[in-house]
Amino acid sequence: MDAQTIIARRVAQELHTGDLVNLGIGIPTLVANYVAPDLKVFFQSENGLIGTGPIPEQGMAHPLLTDAGGRPISALPGASTFDSAMSFGLIRGGHVDVTVLGGLQVDAHGHLANWMIPGKMVPGMGGAMDLVSGAKRVIVAMQHAAKGKSKIVAKCTLPLTSARPVNLVVTDMAVIAFPNGKATLLETAPGVGVGEVMAVTDAELVIPDIVPEMKI
Amino acid sequence: MRAVSVEEAVAMIPAGASIMVGGFMGVGTPERLLDEVVRQQKTGLSLISNDAAVPGKGVGKLFDAALVSRLTASHIGLNPKAQQQMLANQIAVDLIPQGTFVERIRAGGCGLGGVLTPTGVGTSVAEGKRQIEVDGTTFLLETAMRAQFALVHAFLADYLGNLTYALTARNFNPIMAMAADTVIVTAEHIVPVGVIAPDHVLTPAPLVDYLITNG
Repeated sequence: MDAQTIIARRVAQELHTGDLVNLGIGIPTLVANYVAPDLKVFFQSENGLIGTGPIPEQGMAHPLLTDAGGRPISALPGASTFDSAMSFGLIRGGHVDVTVLGGLQVDAHGHLANWMIPGKMVPGMGGAMDLVSGAKRVIVAMQHAAKGKSKIVAKCTLPLTSARPVNLVVTDMAVIAFPNGKATLLETAPGVGVGEVMAVTDAELVIPDIVPEMKI
Repeated sequence: MRAVSVEEAVAMIPAGASIMVGGFMGVGTPERLLDEVVRQQKTGLSLISNDAAVPGKGVGKLFDAALVSRLTASHIGLNPKAQQQMLANQIAVDLIPQGTFVERIRAGGCGLGGVLTPTGVGTSVAEGKRQIEVDGTTFLLETAMRAQFALVHAFLADYLGNLTYALTARNFNPIMAMAADTVIVTAEHIVPVGVIAPDHVLTPAPLVDYLITNG
């Protein structure tokens, strides 16, 4: 199983029937592929839709029905559409149960940086800051390390997305939460030892007596 | 509301004007108006738009033609031309969170001085802004935003100017239709009065100044 599949499968287990869920671009988008079919989850697209469905079949795309990246999507029965003030009212107002976002860095206290690399990549924050400020649960789905460097850092060196800490980080190696503001190892990926996770984690990690393997 | 040609409508926009343009990644954008803005070479525009779309589409056309001198948006990462022009200091860019972007426009259209939002507290977005505590929570004061012109795209417009929108093409359009001195609208279809039921009107006719006639 490749890194992205491990992450997406594990994140999908965090979703429950009735949840309103907003998925960011990249690995988070893949999560929808692994939601158990008996779960009734509402996916929001922040450009104005609850009830996003799969990419339409060839020749069935509608130019006025797209995801936040402008790609064609479909809408499931029971979907609803709304303007951007409503969309971000839902996000900031605590009506979104779970958001899953990509990350560049998460620090030892759960602070996320995911919207710019000064001097290199300045795309703008889009909806990320509102999502981290307002969603009930914030899950970061990202690779544990990039180019040999840990993305779980002692302190973020990149600009923060929010002062609010995230709830959970799921990587290709580990699941980490932040009880009492301390990065705590909850699970390891199949075949990955606690020592291996610690070796590629710059932040200080609390290691409970028992750290189970992800069940994916 | 007055029905006018696209040429006549765009001729009213002076060079250097502030314009807000509806659409999200070029979906729900008044393409005919933007094509005419490019044809009439309206330079030095102060553009308020959620994103910079992509080259060749939506407001991306304004960057292709180098007509923008100032941009307020939430995301420009998918338009390399807008990024290049920003990094070369050809355009001044103000990047703000998307929820803040839409609320500032909504406030501008609703007679509010601004809004209090928790988004951006403790980040670079808070620099230089007033912070106000309400019941123990810290908020940023984000001021209202308006423009001289709003360029709006609807799905249906009736002969009076009542508007309704389709699917994800609604996005910022009805909010912007409240927040400009002059509101200019294109529609996919112009229909007789009554086709849009009162409950389905999302932008009431008195908000629309000009409706672009079919070409």
